[in-house]
Amino acid sequence: MTTVTYLVGGILGIAAALALYRAVRGPSILDRVLALDVVLAIIGAALVLDMVVNRHLDHLILLVAVSLIGFVGSVTVARFVTDRK
Amino acid sequence: MVQDVIVSVLLIGGALMSLAAGIGLTRFPDLLSRMHAATKPQVLGLLLFLLALAVENGSWVLVPILVLCWIFQLLTSPVSAHMVGRAGYRTRHLQRELLTLDELDDIVAKAADEVDGRAAGDDRARTAGTAGSPAGQDDSPTAGPPDRSEA
Repeated sequence: MTTVTYLVGGILGIAAALALYRAVRGPSILDRVLALDVVLAIIGAALVLDMVVNRHLDHLILLVAVSLIGFVGSVTVARFVTDRK
Repeated sequence: MVQDVIVSVLLIGGALMSLAAGIGLTRFPDLLSRMHAATKPQVLGLLLFLLALAVENGSWVLVPILVLCWIFQLLTSPVSAHMVGRAGYRTRHLQRELLTLDELDDIVAKAADEVDGRAAGDDRARTAGTAGSPAGQDDSPTAGPPDRSEA
């Protein structure tokens, strides 16, 4: 189980690094919003991993809050996006 | 023991969904295909992780809360994806040569035609040459600011 914990943590870290690379590099603001949405999903996954490993349920409300923040953020940015420099 | 194996498989599956999203975000060419990759950890990855939590916890009391959490994500993620995709289509963040079918293009061209016809309501009849170029018609009727610059 410890091995699985480190393995899952490593995979999530690599995924977060790739998504952050796209968020930094992304040519448009929509790409950045999309990449940060993925980062939020990975953060939620890490919260669940912590709950599974340490056998508690404290982060459930954080899980809902993280998905709510991602929803509001991406909808807001997509609503007000323009291309005018 | 069996429980640990099930939990491990579910956790690794969810983590691989996140990794697939990361690789897809890095390697895919334009916004729409990146959106396709980005939905994997939001829905299926979260489902696998929540299943792992339910199996590890082993009580039915937790299940309604987890279902609520997943349903919430399932309701909000298509809405935000729709908004992002619509904004990306309007501001031309897509490579048209990668599309096999663009059903919205005809509708946008037709609506722009109607707006043009209404604007030229007096007998200054417009020649029919304006409706031909799909990339040039960017005053869709419901859009906010028409964006003309390419990203």
